[in-house]
Amino acid sequence: MIRYLLKKLFYMVVSLFVLASATFFLMKAIPGNPFMSEKEIPKAIRAMLEAKYGLDKPLWSQYLTYLNNLIHLDLGMSMKQQYTTVSSIIGTGFLYSLQLGIFAIILSVTAGVVLGIIAALNHRKFLDTFTIFLAVLGVSVPNFVVASALQYFLGVKLRWFDVAGLNDITDYVMPTIALAVLPAAFIARLTRSSMLEVLTADYIKTARAKGMSGRIILFRHALRNAILPVVTYIGPMTANIITGSVIVEQIFGIGGLGKFFVNSITNRDYTLIMGLTLFYAVILMLARFLTDIAYAFIDPRIKLNSRKEG
Amino acid sequence: MKFKLGLSSLAAVMAIVLLVSGCTPKDENKGTETGESSGAASSKVFRMNISTEPPTLDPAQSQDQVSFTVLNGLYEGLTRKDENGQNVPGIAEKWDISEDGKTYTFHLRTDAKWSNGDPVTAGDFEFAWKRALDPELKPEPSAYAYQLYYIVNAESYNTGKGATADQVGVKATDDHTLVVNLNSPTPYFLSLMSFQTFFPVHKSVKDNEAWAANASTIISNGPFKMGDWKKNTSIKIVPNDNYYAKDQVKLAGVEFYEVADSATELSMYQTDQLDWAGKPTGEIPADQLEGLKSSKPDEFNQKGIASLYYYLFNTTEKPFNNEKIRKAFSMAISRKDITEKVTRAGELPAYGVVPPGIAGEKEEYRKEIPDTFFEENYDDAKKLLADGMAEEGVTKLPAIKLTFNTNDNHKKIAEAIAEMWRKNLGVEVSIENQEWGVFLENRNKLNYQVARGGWGADYNDPMTYIDLFTSKSGNNNTGFANKEYDDLVAKAYASTDAKERMSLMSQAEKLLIDTRAIMPIYYYSDVFLEKKGFKGIFIDYKGDIDYTRGYYEG
Repeated sequence: MIRYLLKKLFYMVVSLFVLASATFFLMKAIPGNPFMSEKEIPKAIRAMLEAKYGLDKPLWSQYLTYLNNLIHLDLGMSMKQQYTTVSSIIGTGFLYSLQLGIFAIILSVTAGVVLGIIAALNHRKFLDTFTIFLAVLGVSVPNFVVASALQYFLGVKLRWFDVAGLNDITDYVMPTIALAVLPAAFIARLTRSSMLEVLTADYIKTARAKGMSGRIILFRHALRNAILPVVTYIGPMTANIITGSVIVEQIFGIGGLGKFFVNSITNRDYTLIMGLTLFYAVILMLARFLTDIAYAFIDPRIKLNSRKEG
Repeated sequence: MKFKLGLSSLAAVMAIVLLVSGCTPKDENKGTETGESSGAASSKVFRMNISTEPPTLDPAQSQDQVSFTVLNGLYEGLTRKDENGQNVPGIAEKWDISEDGKTYTFHLRTDAKWSNGDPVTAGDFEFAWKRALDPELKPEPSAYAYQLYYIVNAESYNTGKGATADQVGVKATDDHTLVVNLNSPTPYFLSLMSFQTFFPVHKSVKDNEAWAANASTIISNGPFKMGDWKKNTSIKIVPNDNYYAKDQVKLAGVEFYEVADSATELSMYQTDQLDWAGKPTGEIPADQLEGLKSSKPDEFNQKGIASLYYYLFNTTEKPFNNEKIRKAFSMAISRKDITEKVTRAGELPAYGVVPPGIAGEKEEYRKEIPDTFFEENYDDAKKLLADGMAEEGVTKLPAIKLTFNTNDNHKKIAEAIAEMWRKNLGVEVSIENQEWGVFLENRNKLNYQVARGGWGADYNDPMTYIDLFTSKSGNNNTGFANKEYDDLVAKAYASTDAKERMSLMSQAEKLLIDTRAIMPIYYYSDVFLEKKGFKGIFIDYKGDIDYTRGYYEG
């Protein structure tokens, strides 16, 4: 197990290094620089600014400086937001994305599992068809459409919620729903199909034959097994929700991390581009890593170290 | 199989959905009233969108409209501008200008104070200006320091070419007198005094590099001071009790939201989360303009501003090295159709370079010198094109590529113009959008045929447009280099006679348009929505918002 983890960690570091280098050179290959503007600044001033950020040095030397800082976990200062470190931008922005993400995960798992069970229990009846219809809708409608629709109907028309901002708890409603729809729909389908499979299994039949109550069979025996695929899906889903909230955040005017990812590239804010890319990469890798470990704990049939099996 | 899980559970899911998010319908006007208003005229917080976090709140570092929109409430320069763009006394009560126009003596009011109670002195201005010029300024040298280059030795000190800070031509001779020496007579120097780079800063900033990144360390001298600053979300400024004219400040505060999405901004306005939507620092979705114009006629506003939308020709390459061909292209479009059918926000067709709103000798420059430099005429255009092609010795024009930076509005305009050229000149035109940075670099390196350009005024004088196209201007971007033009600009720089200056600049403008290095398209207009009841908030000649003397009358 430990050996497996170490190997995984090693691969993560290697991937990060490759990613950091590729991003660095790609970023430098884009025309433009952080100091460009429709009103060109005088060359002398620009030279001073470039010197200040070491952009006047040859590329390889910039690259080495960058790697050196990275090893010391120093992501540097933003070149556009004055006196602001990249870490503090990531810190404040990520807090919003994380909060929303957690709400969305709770909502999508709860709603998804419940809907999935309802559908499975009412197999081939109206509620099943209806739930599946909702799920297909949920999977096919992109979250920015959901977000805009919620904003228009609940915000502008009904005035139930503020259309933008995150000032009190009610402001979380619409963005949370918008983010949760897709994963909830996916989980509903996942739960339904594995539930259907489990419900026809022999041990459920035995339990029924013994005369146990439907509720106990459902929660104690069926759900436990049926939930396995959902648990394994939560890992990648978490990473997706947290890193993929860009547009929803923009629509609801939330100062999350997403907008910086786009803006930093438009602004050629080199330090921020690098910082964010690496940060997102780490999140995604960690999510996968944790999922791998979770597999092993949930399902004893999966062996992490395949070599032992011979 | 019988399980009791049906419709009731569906309802339970819905309940959970609402529970997770804690839903309660809410008050529509939440947060508008201040609470402090004790019976008097209702004092309101004015709420507008600035779309993004200001890159900086340090006047010396600021170079964008978002920063300026906030700074304009926090700081006050030696002069202020009224609604008509006239300079009125600010921190300076009065000023004297020497005969040769090169020495300005400002007499500061004695009752001006910083938000912490310290007096505002002439020394604060000297300190602030020299600080902006300091090549060692932290965290980086000021990109806008060149706005101060009118002052003797400013450039030399800033670029490290010999002069020391002491040699820079600005001196506080006592606490209330500031003497400024200029390189050459600069008739518009007064109008620069209300520009952010010329704002004073409190001397305490020299001990704290990161002062401008923190609400609590920003000491300001203007009508407002910093309130709550939620990074990347909103900034609130509140009245400054130490401001010398605090009874003229009626708003209970100004709240700036940082919402990037224009549709969201409009929704916020419609649901009373904003009192102002649209320009200068926000945006109204273009497809909503027509509808809003008729559905909210009392709140919908258009204001012409001193900004020019134009196309640049690369005059160093075929086919646009030929003057006749350039002329033909610029005559073969209908500017009226573009402003009335494509952009539809009250823009004015442009046939010159200097927009309306810029001051001339006695009144507006554009009124004194109308932009009747040429007329659109498709037949003449065709003839000119044929002549031009003959001069170049070609029988068929190669396909023309029109480049612009990615933006819906630019795209619509480019499509319309390309179609007009196709129809009226029979030439092949392709359009290409480029990402902002890529576009700027290509344009700067003259790696284009026809490109889009836009220019806003830095100060209230035609020169802010005219000297753009001198051969050594970093923003020329057309390859246009004309000795006669450079001479006219140089003469205008040196002239102290207003009439002569205007005449020289108008000759230069005519020359520029006659040779058609650029093709003017329209003079910008700002479209915005403002809630009824707010008064005294206006957009000035160059498109900056002034809310400092605004008030609410419900």
